[in-house]
Amino acid sequence: MTNQEALTDYVLRLGDSALILGQRLCEWCGRAPAVEEEMALMNVGLDLIGQARNWMEYAVELQGQGQDADQLAFTRDAHQYRNLLLVEQPNGNYADTCARQYFYDAWHYFTLKALCDSSDARVAEIAAKGLKEVTYHLRRSSEWIKRLGDGTEQSHAKMQAAIDEIWTYTGEAFIADAVDEQMQAAGIGVDLALIHEQWRAHVEATLQEATLTCPDMQAYMQQGSKQGIHTERLGFILAEMQFLQRAYPHSTW
Amino acid sequence: MAQAHDNAPDHPVHYQVPELTDSLEASLRSADLITTDRGRTLDFHGRRPSLDEVWALLAQVADPEVPVVSVVDLGIVRELVWAKEVLQVYITPTYSGCPATELIESEIKLALMQAGIAQVSMHQRISPAWTTDWITAQGRAKLKAYGIAPPEGSASKAALFGQVQEVTCPHCNSQNTQRISDFGSTACKSLYKCNACLEPFEYFKCI
Repeated sequence: MTNQEALTDYVLRLGDSALILGQRLCEWCGRAPAVEEEMALMNVGLDLIGQARNWMEYAVELQGQGQDADQLAFTRDAHQYRNLLLVEQPNGNYADTCARQYFYDAWHYFTLKALCDSSDARVAEIAAKGLKEVTYHLRRSSEWIKRLGDGTEQSHAKMQAAIDEIWTYTGEAFIADAVDEQMQAAGIGVDLALIHEQWRAHVEATLQEATLTCPDMQAYMQQGSKQGIHTERLGFILAEMQFLQRAYPHSTW
Repeated sequence: MAQAHDNAPDHPVHYQVPELTDSLEASLRSADLITTDRGRTLDFHGRRPSLDEVWALLAQVADPEVPVVSVVDLGIVRELVWAKEVLQVYITPTYSGCPATELIESEIKLALMQAGIAQVSMHQRISPAWTTDWITAQGRAKLKAYGIAPPEGSASKAALFGQVQEVTCPHCNSQNTQRISDFGSTACKSLYKCNACLEPFEYFKCI
């Protein structure tokens, strides 16, 4: 695989995760438990979709096939998507949404922070732009973990159950494949072992403050998204997200 | 690939918008919130204006979501360059997902064309990333007069990571305020409440 092919895949992974989580968060529109939460979820979702566009615009330039970012988002099928399994998991109850968001935000924050030093100038500038926004995302989701974990007996139980439920989807991000290794060697991508260290420290400190039990870091972890193998959840997301372009190809408004 | 940005000016504004007088403040308070082209007075038909004149024109183009400030006040317009008869405009979006970015681009282009600049080429520049440090002093004063607390301090890491400085109430100037939510009606604002005058207000958050 050439560096350019590996970089295209690497950039798509970042963009796809942001896009799918953005789409997931928007499912809360009109259903959030409080108006402030509704605005926060939509704001975070919008930030992520904007970041996804930045990554995808770069990906189509690298591919050089004359596509645009919309075509990438709306005409690829599930096996062509490279988002983490974590972000395609359902919204569940509010604790489930908060757990998914927190584990993603912590990974996202340290990843973008490291990518600010990427040897690829475009990657570095997209990361630097996103990092400012993701800093706020991480702050908010950390606060919710603590508030629910160290809240009532019921909120504590639900938060703990949410963390235990989603845990096996959190490890995949740190398992390097050939693309990750090639990008790290080229100075473009991040050192996943280092990101894992930082993520683990943040998670342990946050869960401890939230009076929650941290699950086993050595537990079996689901994986496959880097090769396009997803849970069945992704198909349902795409069916809704891509409906218009599938039913009325090339329509614009 | 990425463009080299070595020539990017540190600060975009070498045009000074007028002093915020009482009468200007009064007119801002009664400003029409929908119309974004109010008060545009410059006309360049039949000649090529200087860059200073173009800056002055863009200082009259309102931000569509916070129309009390202009796209120049917000530091969104980064650089203007004449390439022969084509005006090159470099803008930096505020947030990655800001839904107003395209609208801002077209508002700028429209204003330039209405004023008689026929050939305009718009460019987005995301590096260096937009920061609230670029909001001008005039812009901050206008935000406050409009009831939005301007960003406090500079976009240091500390400000981003929760060690928020005191946010001053734009209505009564009390520092006894409290954050309701980090995320407000637009990506750039948080929700606050003043414990002194009890009014809710928005805070233009520091990034």
